[in-house]
Amino acid sequence: MSKPKLLWLQSITCNGNTHSFFNLQNFDALMRAFDVLYHPLLETPYGLEDIYTKKLACDVLILEGAFKSRGYKKFGKETYALAKEYSKRAKHTITMGSCATFGGVFKEAQEHTIAGFCFNKEQKRSTYKHYINTLISLPGCPAHPKWLAYVLEMILQEREIEVDEFYRPIEIFAYTAHAGCVRNEYFEWKIDVKNYGEKEGCLFYENGCRGPFTNANCNKMLWNDISSKTRVGTPCFGCTEPSFPQRNLFFTKTNMGIPANMPFGIPARAYLSVTGVAKSFRIKRFTQPLMEYKK
Amino acid sequence: MPRKLKKAIKKESILQTALTLFSVKGFHKTTIPDIAKRLGMSSGNLYNYFGSKDELAKEIIKYTSDYLGDKIRKVNEQDISSKEKIRKIVELYFAMTLEKPEMIEYFLRVYLSHREVFLNGCEGMICVSGFITEIMIFFSEGVQKEELRDQDFFSAFGLFMGYLGGMAFLHGEAILEKPLEEYVEDVATNIYTALKA
Repeated sequence: MSKPKLLWLQSITCNGNTHSFFNLQNFDALMRAFDVLYHPLLETPYGLEDIYTKKLACDVLILEGAFKSRGYKKFGKETYALAKEYSKRAKHTITMGSCATFGGVFKEAQEHTIAGFCFNKEQKRSTYKHYINTLISLPGCPAHPKWLAYVLEMILQEREIEVDEFYRPIEIFAYTAHAGCVRNEYFEWKIDVKNYGEKEGCLFYENGCRGPFTNANCNKMLWNDISSKTRVGTPCFGCTEPSFPQRNLFFTKTNMGIPANMPFGIPARAYLSVTGVAKSFRIKRFTQPLMEYKK
Repeated sequence: MPRKLKKAIKKESILQTALTLFSVKGFHKTTIPDIAKRLGMSSGNLYNYFGSKDELAKEIIKYTSDYLGDKIRKVNEQDISSKEKIRKIVELYFAMTLEKPEMIEYFLRVYLSHREVFLNGCEGMICVSGFITEIMIFFSEGVQKEELRDQDFFSAFGLFMGYLGGMAFLHGEAILEKPLEEYVEDVATNIYTALKA
C-alpha cells in the first residue's frame, strides 16, 4: 500500500510550529509512514518552486502561518490561492498553529487583510464552506507536537476525528489548560501568587492566567513530557483560542474586582457563590511554602 | 401536604418568629422557650429543627440574606440600565425596611453586633453570600456595559450597602424627617452619581 502523500505549506509564519513538531520524540518513525513531498526545512523530493508551479497530488496538507488574501506571492502566485488549490485536492487539511487557524500573532500586524485559512478570529471566512469537510484545526502558539502526531496517527489508521465548533479535535480540546494544573488547590481556595516565578499559588487573579477558559490539554499532555506554562510559573495566555493574542498578557481583566471571564461552563452566580465561601476561610497549609508546612 | 413540605414550612415559621423576637427583644434576652412559646410548640420540638440558639441565629442570617438576594436577582435579570437597577435596588431595600423591619434590624443589631455568635460557621461571606453574590453580579455587569466605573469591589459595596443600611438605621431610630420611601430618588441618584463610569 502506498504511503499517504504529505505536503507542508508555509504562509506568513515564524516557523514556530515546524520547530515544535521537530521536538516530537518519534518524529522519524511517524514521518516514515508518509511520503513527504515538501517541507521547507526537510530534505524533500520537491522544492518550493515545484509546489508553486506544478500541481502535485497530496493526501495530507499541513498549513503553517497566517494568510493574506492578496499581496503575499511567491513565483508569481498568491500563497492563499495556492493553499486553496491544494486543500481542494487533499483528503485532509490541517491548520497547524494559531496563525493558520485564526490569524494569530501575524494578524495583529494587518488586522483587516491577514487571517487564518478558514477562520478570521472566531468568524468563518468565505473559504470555510468549501474546505470544512476536510479541515482539522490545531491552534496553539505553537501547537503541541503530539497534537499533530495524534491527528496524523488517526489519519493513518483511517479513524474519524471528532471536532468542536472550530474544528479542533475534541480529544485534545475538550479539556482546558486548567485541567491538571498543579496549582489547582490554590485556585480552589483563591490564593494567588504574590510574585513572578513562585512555585505555589494560583495565577488566575494576579497574573492573567486564562487556563480555566482555554481549550487545550497542556497540563495533561505535557510539553517535552515534563512541563507546562503554569508549572513553571507563567500564566496560560490562551493561545489556542481565536481571541489570541490578548493585550496585557500578565493582567487579569476584572470588573470591580470580579473576573471578567468565568471558567468555561460555569455561571457567574455559581462561581461567585463558591469563591466567596472559599475566600472566607484561611487555610494555613496554603499560606506558606508547602515544604515549610510540617517543619 | 407532603411531610417534607410541612417541615419546611414549620422551619420557616420558626425562623421568622425567632427573627422578630431577636430583633425586638435582643439576641441575648430571647430564649429558646420564648420562641417556642410564641409558636405554640414545645422547646423540645423546636430543638428537632434547630440544635441551638446559635445555630438558629446563623440560619436566620442566611435566610434574610437569601431573601434580599432573591429580590436583587430579579432586578439583575431585567434588561434595564445600571441606573435603573440602582433605583430598583434602593426601592426594594427600603420596601423591605418598611415591610420586614425585623430583617434589617436583625442584620444591624444581631449579625453586626454579636460577631462571637457567627464566628464558627458564618465566617467571612459564608452566610451572607446570597445577596453579596447578586451585588457582585450587578457591579461586574455594570462595568462590563461601561455604565459603572471600574474600582475595588469593596469601595463600591461599602458605598452602596453602607448607605442603605445607614438610611434604614436612621429610619428605625425615627430620626428621618420624611417617610423613607421619599428618599428613594435622592439616594438612588447619589449612588449612581458616585458609581457611574
